[in-house]
Amino acid sequence: MKLKTMMIGATSALALTGAAHADGHMADSMTVVSWGGAYQTSQQKAYSEPYAEENGVEFTWDESSGEAVARLRAMSEADNITWDLVDVVAADAMRLCDEGIAMEIDHDELLAPGDDGSSASEDFGDLIVSNCFIPQIVYSTTFGYRTDVAEWGGAEPTSVCDVWDMEAFPGQRALEKRPIGNVEWALICDGVAYEDVYDLLETPEGVARALAKLDEIKDDTVWWSAGAETPQLLADGEIVIGSTYNGRLFSVIEEQQQPVGMLWDYQMFDLDGWIVPAGLPEDRLARTLDFLRYATDTQRLADQAKYIAYGPARASSAPLVSTHAELGIDMAPHMPTDPANSVNTFLFNYEWWADNRDDIDAQFQSWLLQ
Amino acid sequence: MTTSTEPVVAADGLPLKRSLARALRRQKIRALLLIAPLLLFIVLTFLVPIGNMLLRSVDNAIVEETIPRTVEALRGWDEAGDVPPGEDVFEALYADMLIATDAKRHTRLGSRLNYESSGMSSLFRKTNERRLGRFELEQPLAPQFEDIDEDWITLETWRVIKSNSDPVTAGYFLAAMDLRATPTGIEPVSDLQAIYVKLFVRTMILSVTITAMCFLLGYPIAWILANLPSRSANMLLILVLLPFWTSLLVRTSAWKVLLQQQGVINDLLVWVGVLADDNRLAMINNATGTVIAMTHILLPFMILPLYSVMKTISPTYLRAAKSLGATDWTAFWRVYFPQSVPGIGAGAILVFILAIGYYITPELVGGTDGTFISNRIYYHISSSLNWGLAAALATILLAMVLALYWVYDRLVGIDNVKLG
Repeated sequence: MKLKTMMIGATSALALTGAAHADGHMADSMTVVSWGGAYQTSQQKAYSEPYAEENGVEFTWDESSGEAVARLRAMSEADNITWDLVDVVAADAMRLCDEGIAMEIDHDELLAPGDDGSSASEDFGDLIVSNCFIPQIVYSTTFGYRTDVAEWGGAEPTSVCDVWDMEAFPGQRALEKRPIGNVEWALICDGVAYEDVYDLLETPEGVARALAKLDEIKDDTVWWSAGAETPQLLADGEIVIGSTYNGRLFSVIEEQQQPVGMLWDYQMFDLDGWIVPAGLPEDRLARTLDFLRYATDTQRLADQAKYIAYGPARASSAPLVSTHAELGIDMAPHMPTDPANSVNTFLFNYEWWADNRDDIDAQFQSWLLQ
Repeated sequence: MTTSTEPVVAADGLPLKRSLARALRRQKIRALLLIAPLLLFIVLTFLVPIGNMLLRSVDNAIVEETIPRTVEALRGWDEAGDVPPGEDVFEALYADMLIATDAKRHTRLGSRLNYESSGMSSLFRKTNERRLGRFELEQPLAPQFEDIDEDWITLETWRVIKSNSDPVTAGYFLAAMDLRATPTGIEPVSDLQAIYVKLFVRTMILSVTITAMCFLLGYPIAWILANLPSRSANMLLILVLLPFWTSLLVRTSAWKVLLQQQGVINDLLVWVGVLADDNRLAMINNATGTVIAMTHILLPFMILPLYSVMKTISPTYLRAAKSLGATDWTAFWRVYFPQSVPGIGAGAILVFILAIGYYITPELVGGTDGTFISNRIYYHISSSLNWGLAAALATILLAMVLALYWVYDRLVGIDNVKLG
């Protein structure tokens, strides 16, 4: 699927925002890859439309982030990179960096400093999980539940462990068809302390314990593989509680006004951001870096939150988050990073998952088959 | 001039035989030139890429290419013993890693070896240019590698590297059959990890079920189509083809709306009173869902060949059989059915081969017990980037299809298949 959006801006000769390269050497078109849907629209509105207006660059958007890792590897092997900037989740960025397909970035040199004067690497802080990764948003995988379940007698789940409580909260659940997230929640609800989770998962007993905990609800669970499934299942009443991305839940609750509530307890933080494919020709690279500098500055990241409920990755952007562009509601309370929502959060250990993903995934899939 | 021993000559004075051969050869060349573009196209865009992909299932050149000196030095190390390799191996490793980190290839090797043993990925990532730059070359290197990560001096790490240092590996094929190589020989992986054999078996069973369902539903429809006057038959044929003009995802999602527990069919059954409200049928997110949705999607591939074969069966045979005293059933079973077998063969092969490679529909409606081996192939291509394992799984799948094709040829005869 290829969505081609042409946005040839007025050729007003505005000065480039902090461009480090001469204008003559930059390509005048760019192919940006993202996830499609509301998320891509938010990027177009906040980043590429204003940029195109200033610089007259033609943007082509490709909705291929879902298979970006495989496609980039194929492109790199064929030595024909057609993409200029690719939106991927942090774990994929790490994989692409390891494979040498993504370009290593000096964050302080290439990105704008924060509005509060901090350097880019301070501003993004811990979120720079790979040398190739430019963080953009913080999102979380968390639970949504129906607020009108008769059997619950007016009670609402308040803790992630209520997902396991079939007595108080009977009904079908939905969980992602992969181990990441699920095994951590299972161990937490099996009484393991937050800081011991990954140490325990490294042992066969730890994995067995997590799967045994998941066994308790296995027969009452729908396993999803696309982020849109849980919102649909919730809206249809097919499930009563299920995990998905917080932005999807926001649109079910606030935009579609469904009787759905949000459970922030132990939300699983994850990151999404940009990578630049390695080996771009000079003119395209110059254009890409110029756009990247613009699209990841403090104001632009804050602007994106007007269109979607994901938190900006820069610390300096948080105070600038304003209201939703259409609904007019205050967006700060819907950010995963909002203090009220992040009492209990779970931070992915990317390095750990990069090492153990294949192994634990094999055990998880084998468990699903049993 | 021709010699006198050649009695027959052509008009241009050449021996007839040679002249004829030349004419034939010219024809052959012309024919070959005519199909050359197509042949070239197929070879370049189909056979070469597929062959290339399948070769990845045994290709393991990356280890030897990235750390050649280490591989060479490891030849003298006894992996069955209980001592880590000596200083010579670490010197070779240091030299190799300097080059590899400069070319940013060390992390690729780490990803490759991580398929064999978890932890190799971060081990190689940690051993980066910066850390290597701080090494003091006068000092022994092994402890300095140990400083980076103690895994560098464990036996396990070096056993993995040594056992994977050949440029050709059977490891991917073993993994694809839930086996693994150990120093003591090949043994099955633990039950907690076994998955592929189960999935291959399930893929076969579900594909056969889907093919059978398509046959049961498609045969009567094809029969009606073939026996109606052509005007109404054409109308109905459009209905058969209609699903082709709708997106696959839309059709699959439509089944969700129909089959889910709060869906149309369950609602209807509860409303009629056949089902209790708390006892709704689970018809989706399981094998049933896969069979129903895929039967629907693949049905036209069964109906069309059946229809075109049935069109050629003259109705006079049935009439003749009946006038000779056959009952309706005997006339159908002994006279009509055998003539429609080529259509069944073609339809069944088409449906089965398409079914066996499907992954979108099983992923969306298959839940946990309705997914296919292709879902795992897709995962390894797009997520884990373990293309070697994906290639091995695909090669096995291809071999299974070819084996079934061979069996089919022996039992039914491939000449007996007709598309029309």
